[in-house]
Amino acid sequence: MSSTVLLTVIMLSVLGLFSAVILYFVAQKFRIIEDPRIDLVTEALPGVNCGGCGYSGCRALAEAIVSSTSFEGLYCPVGGAETMGKVAIILDRQPVAVEPKVAVLRCQGSPDNCVRTSFYDGATNCRVAHALYGGTTGCHYGCLGCGDCVIACKFDAMYMDPVTQLPVIIDEKCVSCGACVKACPRNLIELRKRNKKDRKIYVSCLNKDKGGPARKACKVACIGCGKCVKICPYDAITMVDNLAFIDSYKCKLCRKCAPECPTAAILEINFPVKEDKPAEPAEAVAN
Amino acid sequence: MNNILNVSPSPHQQSPETTRKLMYGVVIALLPALAASIYYFGVGAIIVTLTSVLSCVAVEYVVSKYILKVKPSISDGSAIVTGLLLAFNVPSNLPVHVIVIGAIIAIGVAKMTFGGLGNNPFNPALVGRVFLLISFPVQMTSWPVPSGFKTGYTDAVTGATPLGLLSEGVRNGETVSAIMEKVPSHMQMFYGYMGGSMGEVAAAALIIGGIYLLWKKIITWHIPVSILLTVTVFTGILWLANPVKFADPLFHLLTGGLMLGAIFMATDYVTSPMTHKGMIIYGIGIGVITVLIRNWGAYPEGVSFAILIMNAVVPLLNMYIKPRRFGKEVKNG
Amino acid sequence: MFKTFPQGGIHPPDNKLTVDKPIVVLPLPSQVTVPVSQHIGAPATPVVEKGEAVMTGQIIARAKGFVSANIHSPVSGKVNKIELVTDTTGYKQMAVMIDVEGDEWIETIDRTVTFVKEVAMTREQIIERCQLCGLAGMGGATFPTHIKLTVPAGKKCDLVIINGVECEPYLTSDHRLMLEKGPEVLTGTTIIMKALGVEKAIIGIEANKPDAINHLTVLSKDFKGVTVQPLKVKYPQGGEKQLIKACTGLEVPSGGLPLDVGVVVQNVGTAFAVYEAVQKNKPLIERVVTVTGKSVSNPGNFLVRIGTPVTRLIEAAGGMPDDTGKVVNGGPMMGKALAMTDVPVTKGTSGIILFPAEEAQRSEVMPCIRCGKCSSACAMGLEPYLLAAASERSMWEKAEKEKITDCMECGACSYTCPAKRPLLDYIRLGKTTVMRLARERITK
Repeated sequence: MSSTVLLTVIMLSVLGLFSAVILYFVAQKFRIIEDPRIDLVTEALPGVNCGGCGYSGCRALAEAIVSSTSFEGLYCPVGGAETMGKVAIILDRQPVAVEPKVAVLRCQGSPDNCVRTSFYDGATNCRVAHALYGGTTGCHYGCLGCGDCVIACKFDAMYMDPVTQLPVIIDEKCVSCGACVKACPRNLIELRKRNKKDRKIYVSCLNKDKGGPARKACKVACIGCGKCVKICPYDAITMVDNLAFIDSYKCKLCRKCAPECPTAAILEINFPVKEDKPAEPAEAVAN
Repeated sequence: MNNILNVSPSPHQQSPETTRKLMYGVVIALLPALAASIYYFGVGAIIVTLTSVLSCVAVEYVVSKYILKVKPSISDGSAIVTGLLLAFNVPSNLPVHVIVIGAIIAIGVAKMTFGGLGNNPFNPALVGRVFLLISFPVQMTSWPVPSGFKTGYTDAVTGATPLGLLSEGVRNGETVSAIMEKVPSHMQMFYGYMGGSMGEVAAAALIIGGIYLLWKKIITWHIPVSILLTVTVFTGILWLANPVKFADPLFHLLTGGLMLGAIFMATDYVTSPMTHKGMIIYGIGIGVITVLIRNWGAYPEGVSFAILIMNAVVPLLNMYIKPRRFGKEVKNG
Repeated sequence: MFKTFPQGGIHPPDNKLTVDKPIVVLPLPSQVTVPVSQHIGAPATPVVEKGEAVMTGQIIARAKGFVSANIHSPVSGKVNKIELVTDTTGYKQMAVMIDVEGDEWIETIDRTVTFVKEVAMTREQIIERCQLCGLAGMGGATFPTHIKLTVPAGKKCDLVIINGVECEPYLTSDHRLMLEKGPEVLTGTTIIMKALGVEKAIIGIEANKPDAINHLTVLSKDFKGVTVQPLKVKYPQGGEKQLIKACTGLEVPSGGLPLDVGVVVQNVGTAFAVYEAVQKNKPLIERVVTVTGKSVSNPGNFLVRIGTPVTRLIEAAGGMPDDTGKVVNGGPMMGKALAMTDVPVTKGTSGIILFPAEEAQRSEVMPCIRCGKCSSACAMGLEPYLLAAASERSMWEKAEKEKITDCMECGACSYTCPAKRPLLDYIRLGKTTVMRLARERITK
């Protein structure tokens, strides 16, 4: 009995030693010489591998940062300034300040605003629905409501509102990685400059039809009247193809444009309620 | 005239067949075997079947609702089918707690952990059965002798199955003809008058179920025929070569879980190949492995293991065996 | 006895509710809307102006380029306007709207109904006449006929197959045409044979039309080289690749055309239109449309002028039933659902089906049970479960490798699936994406 045990112990020890020697030599022979800083930078990055930086994962971004000399075009939107600061310390480089962004849905086409003229029960997938037909309303630019964007969001920052049938973006959780922007086949989600207190002013519409058909299809569509363009003191609003666009980097949040809009297509989010004007277009407040 | 029209794309018609109808079709096909098992094993059969079906449905419901937090899918009938098949794979004197454990493994581990219906690589009922066989070897190998309602439940009188007698006898050096004296006649085995797990005894009832499945186009002939034919040919060759050591093909066809496995277990949609060519190879594999285990393996019965082993090969079969593409030559441009 | 294609196929219920209804001429509407693109290829360019008076059969839009077709006025009256309208595809396109006044035809058209059997024209004249008369494939594909009848250099044609299969449930317009205009259809066939320079033609008819099979078999004795082939009832027998396989055993190679195996396929309605164009100089301005549905009070087959609003057709069939959930332009397997009925009939409109709401609604989607019935149903030997899953997960290379571009979108897979998965929706997405990516690869 004890000789069996002894034999087993000896054999396993020899096997273990043998394997250790082989593994050591193989590890030495096939070692890849790598800049050790890549590992350090990868540690500092969030490790979500979301692709928001434009690279295929956090390690790929780390390799790109280490092999370049500056931070041009290399920014992790998830970690933001804090993470980039840590990376800058590791590499002893000057960090680049990038303005934080937030995702915004440019459509208010709920069933109340945009009457459903037909009914769809095919595959619940925005890409499929978009490829197949114009949509269940008179507006062929608006949200299809199948939730490809919600599924694409890896940060739990989006959910579908069952009443409005539109996706809702939770500002606190949004890291502007851009996954929802890529998922939407109609380009309805835009990454805009994030302001203090998450305040936003934007044209919540992408309808490029002329005013008549646009208004007929949806109560809150942009009809291309141009009143907002005229009133903006900072030249932040442009009109192309019957659609207004507010540049979030030029906009100073002065709030002059929103009351001008006859269809309330311009939304002001997270502002205090104005007391002086009695007749006000409805102000939407984000969740 | 103010109808809002549905604009979903073609096709605008769907066939009347649904998953639920297919599953209930399998349940109906299993009813003759259920009737036979109650006839032979009495009250034990009823208790085991009820416990198995109820626990399988309950496990699926609890896991869906409280762990996965999705809408429970028990209405599609697949849990009922797994419950019935699990019951048919165990002896009729199996204690209730063992069956419940089997149900938890079959549905909870072999089906729900992989993502529910359609995602499991292994046949859930067989995983449950094999788990029970290895964990409770004594309870899972004490086979009640069929005596109708006198059989009783856990206090049933037990005896060996024909396959058990064969494998033990061959190991002791007895000749096959001597062993054949001890087992029921072929005719008795066909009608199910022998020891064994509840659902596997009555080949006649199982064949009736199989014909129903074929008629309703729930299964195709490829898997059952390839399994049974392979077993016949392989055991036939062995028997012709050495009738002293190997039993005849008819014996092998009628004993053990082969009929049940070939008609109901191996034909499970989720774990069998998608193409007819693949199904035939799958059936041949099961047949070969079954005969190997029965004659040279440690267990007297090999169908469950054979099917589980071939389940592991199915993804490979699906990847490499494709249907014949129309217009095979490729045009450039 | 009854030939068929060996792989795949399904058997949806026939529902040929209008099979015994003879063709009825629909009275002219008060206004017609004639889209300038009713065919594959470039839209035609309008050659009339607002306010201009036109006569029936007069050309109102000219073909643009080679792959295009002429458009003729189906009525006489005045051009009201030329503007964008929503057509049966759901998208907006240019159309000529004409207010109807009387029914004056241009003199060059022979309006008599006497049957003319002798084909006096030469091969080139036939093709030119088809091009002038704006003929396009009337089975629904609307490919310009003059192009199909021109054999390109390097290819050879030895057989013409006339598609009288009408495998889609509910539709009976081709069936009635074969019964009521048999000699004309057969003459059209011989004209097509002459244009392609072949001696042999087969008319494929499904076995659920025994009267048409008998009628045309008897008539074909007087037409040299034309035979009738009865075919087993199986969807999609009417697909041209399956039709060629069943009639001749030849398989059109993947990515290829029927001419690669020496065959040209034309619909029965096109053959009739060819007869009218060549023998009577009549352009394509009207067609037979089946209007049907389980709740429709007066379903029938109507001879209707192109451009008639679908609303008029539905009125003639007894009005839209109250329980209507879906209005389909075409057959139930491959047709397109309309969002509104105020759209015009075009050259490719073979039927309008009004489905009751419960039938039209899709069932709840369940998980795939891997039964493989979709793959068994696929007539092209594909694996729809795999293609749909790859498209859903954006795995475009995998989809391309599994030959998603071979899919002819017949819908047999979605029909068969017991889990009611929207297979074809995803496969269509995959097909369009894969083809777009392939085009981008070539242009790079």
